[in-house]
Amino acid sequence: MFKYLKQLTSLVAMVAVLFTFTTETMAAKKSKTLKNTQKKGFVRCGVSQGLPGFSNADAAGNWTGVDVDVCRAVAAAVLGDANKVKFTPLSAKERFTALTSGEIDILSRNTTWTLSRDADIGLTFVGVNFYDGQGFMVRKDSGITSTSQFKNGISACTNIGTTTELNMRDFFNSKGISYTPVAFEKADEVVAAYDAGRCDTYTTDKSGLAAQRTKMTNPDDHMVLPETISKEPLGPVVRQGDSVWEDIVRWSLNTMIEAEEYGVTSANADMMKTSENPQIKRLVGAEGEMGAAFGLDNEWNLRIIKQVGNYGESYKRNIADTGILPDRGPNELWTKGGILYVPPSR
Amino acid sequence: MKFKKILPQFLTLLFIVLIFGFFTMNAQENMDTRGIEFGFGFLSKSASFDIQFSLIDYDGSMSYGRAYLVGLLNTLLVSFIGIILCTILGIIVGVARLSPNYLINKTASFYVEFFRNVPLLLQIFFWYFAALRALPMPEDAPLIFGSSYMTIKGLYTVAPIWNNFDVFFIALIIAMIIIFFFNKFAKRKQEKEGKQYPKFLISLGIFIILPSLTFLIGGVDLSWSFPELKQLAKTSFTFDGGMGIPPELIALTLALTLYTATFIAENVRAGIQGVGKGQKEAAASIGLTPSQVLKLVIMPQALRIIIPPTTNQYLNLTKNSSLAAAIAYPDLVLVFAGTAMMQTGRAIEIVGITMATYLTISLTISMFMNWYNKRIAIQEK
Repeated sequence: MFKYLKQLTSLVAMVAVLFTFTTETMAAKKSKTLKNTQKKGFVRCGVSQGLPGFSNADAAGNWTGVDVDVCRAVAAAVLGDANKVKFTPLSAKERFTALTSGEIDILSRNTTWTLSRDADIGLTFVGVNFYDGQGFMVRKDSGITSTSQFKNGISACTNIGTTTELNMRDFFNSKGISYTPVAFEKADEVVAAYDAGRCDTYTTDKSGLAAQRTKMTNPDDHMVLPETISKEPLGPVVRQGDSVWEDIVRWSLNTMIEAEEYGVTSANADMMKTSENPQIKRLVGAEGEMGAAFGLDNEWNLRIIKQVGNYGESYKRNIADTGILPDRGPNELWTKGGILYVPPSR
Repeated sequence: MKFKKILPQFLTLLFIVLIFGFFTMNAQENMDTRGIEFGFGFLSKSASFDIQFSLIDYDGSMSYGRAYLVGLLNTLLVSFIGIILCTILGIIVGVARLSPNYLINKTASFYVEFFRNVPLLLQIFFWYFAALRALPMPEDAPLIFGSSYMTIKGLYTVAPIWNNFDVFFIALIIAMIIIFFFNKFAKRKQEKEGKQYPKFLISLGIFIILPSLTFLIGGVDLSWSFPELKQLAKTSFTFDGGMGIPPELIALTLALTLYTATFIAENVRAGIQGVGKGQKEAAASIGLTPSQVLKLVIMPQALRIIIPPTTNQYLNLTKNSSLAAAIAYPDLVLVFAGTAMMQTGRAIEIVGITMATYLTISLTISMFMNWYNKRIAIQEK
C-alpha cells in the first residue's frame, strides 16, 4: 500500500516538475509585455515629474530628455515609431509600484541601480544610461565651498523615497554632524522650500542639482559643491519575470551607446548599411539576424538610430546644449576616457 | 418563507467572499511571478533614514517599526492639536455668527464662506509657502515674549528641563482623580440637600495646589533652556538649545484648524438655533441667571444637535492630516507609506498597515464621541 503511495507521489511530483518546465520555456518564447505593447500600439513609459535634461515636458506636452529617449528607442524598435510612447509622470514614491503593478512597462526615471531594488522588490535593472553621484547645493553668499565646512545643526532639503535620503544619513553620520532632514514628496516643493531659505543645503544627484538650479529664482545665487558622496548609476528598469522584454529594453539602450562608439548617427545610419565593418553592418541591420531573438524584424536597431539618434546625440541635445552639464565626465565613451562601455551586438 | 429571506443575504455574502478571494489570489499570483514575497519581517530591519521631527527617541539605526511609531505619533500630534484648536475656534465663530453686532456677524460669515470653499491642499500650500516667504531668516528674527523667535526654519522657543518629572506627573493624575470624585460628591449633595459648592474654583484650586506642592517637598525642579543663535556659515544661521517647532507642523495645524473650524462653526450655529426660543424664556421665567440658562438649559440641548456632525469633522481632520506629505511634515503617510515603502518595496503590507491604522484612529475617535453623545442624550424615564 505504502509502496504505491510513494510511487504515486513521485509520479505527481515528476509531472509537476515537467509541467512547470514546459510553461517556463513557453513564457520565455512569448513576451506578454511585448505582445501587449504591440496590441496597444504604444509603449507605456514612466518618467519624472519634470527634470530638465532627463525627462521634462514642454508647454505643448512634448517630452524630452535622455531618459525619455530610452523609451523612444524601445518604441522605435518594437513599433517602428519613436513617437508612439505614452509617458506617465511619477513621483519617486510612486515609481516602483507603478511598474510592478503593470501601469507602465518601462521605468526610465533617473533611478539608481542598487542591490536591494534589483533583488528584493520585483524589479530588474537593464543597464546604466547616466553615471551620477550625490552632491550638495548651497547659496553662494553663505561662503561654503566644501562639505567640510558643514556644521552641526545644518538643515538639508531633499526628496523622500530616494537613495538620497539614505546617502545623506551615511554622509552626515560618518562626519559626526547632526542635521535636520526636510524631505518632500515632490521635487518642485523641495526646490521651492530651499529657494525660500527653509534649508541651508539641497541634496540630490548632481545631475538633478544642475538641472533644478535652472528652476531657482536666481540660478546664479547657488552653486553645487565639488564633493560627490555616493555612486548613483541611473538606468531604465523593467518588471521582473519577462526576460524577453528586459532584453529588448537593454539592447535598445546598448544600441544607442554602441552606435556612438562606431560613429553611426541618425544622419548617416542609412549609408552605413554598405559599410565594410561587419560590426557596423550588424548595428544597422544589414548583417545577421539580430532582431529574431526578440521576435522583432531585422531593422529594429536601425530605426532606433535613425529616429532617436545615438547616445552622444541624445546627450548633446538634452543635457549639453541646454547648459545643464556641458562636460560629459564619466558619461563619455570608454574609448574617450569615460566609463560608458556596453557588450557588443553580435 | 424563512429560506426566501435568507437566500439573498447568503448570495450577497458569497459574492463578497468570492470577490475578496479573487483579489487575494490575483495579487498572490502576480507577486509570485514578479518574485515579491509577502511578510512583515521588514518591520524589525534597520530603517537607515532619518526623520526631521520626532516625539520619541529615533535615529536611522532603529527599525522600520520604530519609524512607523514616529510617524503615527506625529499624525496623532497634529490631529490632537488640530481638534482642540478647531473646536475652540469653531465655537467662537459659531456664536459670533449669531451675534446681533453687524461687524462681528459679517466677519464670521465671511470667514466661514471663504475658508470652507477653498480646497484644503491649496490652503496648506498657501500657509506653508506664504509663511516661508514672509518669515525672517534666523539672524533677522525679532525676540517674541522675551523667549521665542519665529523664523523661516521654525518657531524656536524655551524648553522646560525637568527634574523628577514623574513625581510631578503622578501628582497631576492624583489631582485629577480627586477632582473627579469631588464633583461626583458635590452633585450628589446638590441633588439631596440642594447645597451648591463653587465646583469650578475648588477643582481649579486642587489642580494647581497639589502639583505645586511637589516642587516644595517632592524634589521636583524645573528650569528653562533658551534658544541661542548659532552661525553655520557666513550668511547661514540656526538656533541651538530650547525647543524648535518646524514650520511644516505650524502650517499644517493652521490650515487644518482654519478649514475644519468653519464646519464646526456651522454645527454650533445650527445647534444653538435648533433650541426653541420658548426654552430660553421659560428658563428665565423661573429665575435662572443668563449664564445658568446657557449652561443648564440651552447647551445641553444644543450639544445633542452639535455632537454627531462634529464627530464627522474630527474624523475628517484626522484623515486630512495625511496631506502633510505635500509639505514635508513627517506624518504616518510621509514616513511610513512614503519613505519606508520606497526603501522596502513592501507596498501591499505597508498600505495595509497604514489603512488599518487610520481605521483604528477613526474608530476610536468615533467610539469616544458616540459614548459622549449617549451620555448627553435625553434620558427617557
